[in-house]
Amino acid sequence: MRPKIEVRSVSKTFLTRGGPLPVLDDLSFSVADGEFVAVIGPSGCGKSTLLSVLAGFERPDTGEVRVDDEPVREPRRKGVCIFQQPSLYPWLDLERNIVFGLDGEPAETRRSLVAHYIALVGLEGFEHAFPYQLSGGMQQRAELARALIVKPEILYLDEPFGALDALTRLRMRAELLRILSRERHTVVLVTHDVEEALHLADRVLVLSARPARIQQVIEVKLPRPRVLWNPELLALKASILRELGVDERAEGNP
Amino acid sequence: MFSGDRGWLPLLGPVALLVAVWHVAVVLSGSLIFPTPWQVAVGLVDLARQGLLLKHVVASLFRVTVGYLLAVALAVPVGMLMGWFGTAHAFLNPLVQGLRPISPIAWIPLAILWFGVGDLSPIFLIFLSSFFPMVVGTAAGVMTIDRKYLHAARNFEFTGLRLFRSVVLPAALPQIVTGMRIGLGVAWLVVVAAEMIAVNSGLGYLIIDSRNAGNRYDLVVAGMVIIGVVGFLLDSLMRGLERLDEVRWRYET
Repeated sequence: MRPKIEVRSVSKTFLTRGGPLPVLDDLSFSVADGEFVAVIGPSGCGKSTLLSVLAGFERPDTGEVRVDDEPVREPRRKGVCIFQQPSLYPWLDLERNIVFGLDGEPAETRRSLVAHYIALVGLEGFEHAFPYQLSGGMQQRAELARALIVKPEILYLDEPFGALDALTRLRMRAELLRILSRERHTVVLVTHDVEEALHLADRVLVLSARPARIQQVIEVKLPRPRVLWNPELLALKASILRELGVDERAEGNP
Repeated sequence: MFSGDRGWLPLLGPVALLVAVWHVAVVLSGSLIFPTPWQVAVGLVDLARQGLLLKHVVASLFRVTVGYLLAVALAVPVGMLMGWFGTAHAFLNPLVQGLRPISPIAWIPLAILWFGVGDLSPIFLIFLSSFFPMVVGTAAGVMTIDRKYLHAARNFEFTGLRLFRSVVLPAALPQIVTGMRIGLGVAWLVVVAAEMIAVNSGLGYLIIDSRNAGNRYDLVVAGMVIIGVVGFLLDSLMRGLERLDEVRWRYET
């Protein structure tokens, strides 16, 4: 089967005052249609840059990214990014934020789409609230709705729940899985949270420290919904942490 | 309605204190020429009865309105251009920063040379004085737009005019409005100075004419009071703009 996303020998180097800084080093992998791939790596390893390149915000120095066998040259609504910091427009209320990306649909369609997605992310009753009146978790839900409403085929998530408290983070993961079970999307998630990656993804790519190279690929074959205390999941978590150079026992993690 | 939720009431105390101190100071000093608050009030009523008060206020407001609106119409697009395009900024910013520190008062002789005696000279001076703060405010507003707002719009394939209308303008609007508020304040300061020289109507003319024609200091101070009141009302109007949803978000955490 033809892959949805194909990354071919992508390298990228940033020019900094201290000299050239290689960030991505000859990365190649592909993501199947409907697959959920998590990219994990030590902080500063270049995983956010990788996501920017995938989504078309940045161009690789060498190599190329292809989506549906077309080279990616600029950001497209086909693949929508969600970042750690919500980027809802503070001058628009929730409803107008969510319809933001729609283009040309008749008013009736817009209304029903908005109602559908506001309900999907559980924000009924907040249609006319402004972003600053919403909690961080609610803002990320709205962000998700704003992305989903344009029917993107791919979601690029860059630590989307990273700025939320632990409890909200868990709840948002469950929400994301629930939404994905209703609407099929290909997802690339960048995170430094091993547990999050294992909780959500079909496949986990472990990146090395900068410049990022693929160090390990882990298929997560556990059925969903997954429980975090599943022994197999815990074993995978330990092995990834070891791969990242963290010894759980020595670091005192549970 | 103009001074926010608390109404006019909080103004009464400070104004009463000012009037009281003023009155006592005039009486104690025994000045024959400086007017008491009562004499000024009588002067104001006189001016109003003769229809002069309205005439001068309207003349000043007319010049401010025309000069200021012309400045808004030019400063906002130029500021946006400077904020959005690096080359426009590199080219225009030295001009703006070089001309901005020149007091509009210094332009009076040139204004008279170019536009003669009449409405055009003060309008030109008002235009100049309010143009620069608005250009600077608008350019800064566009340059400091949070990148994440532009990223999201690019992701939804917004380009050109649509990007501009949906993101750039609304994102910069609070700072544009702040620039407009400063611009209007400066315009109101400058109209008075301009009217002392180039024309024979308006509040600036009222003040200088009252002094020259028989030392009518009661009318001089009456003119000043009116300038203060109208200036306060104009600023309240602009503060009203800052409370719009489209602008207020900037001041919410």
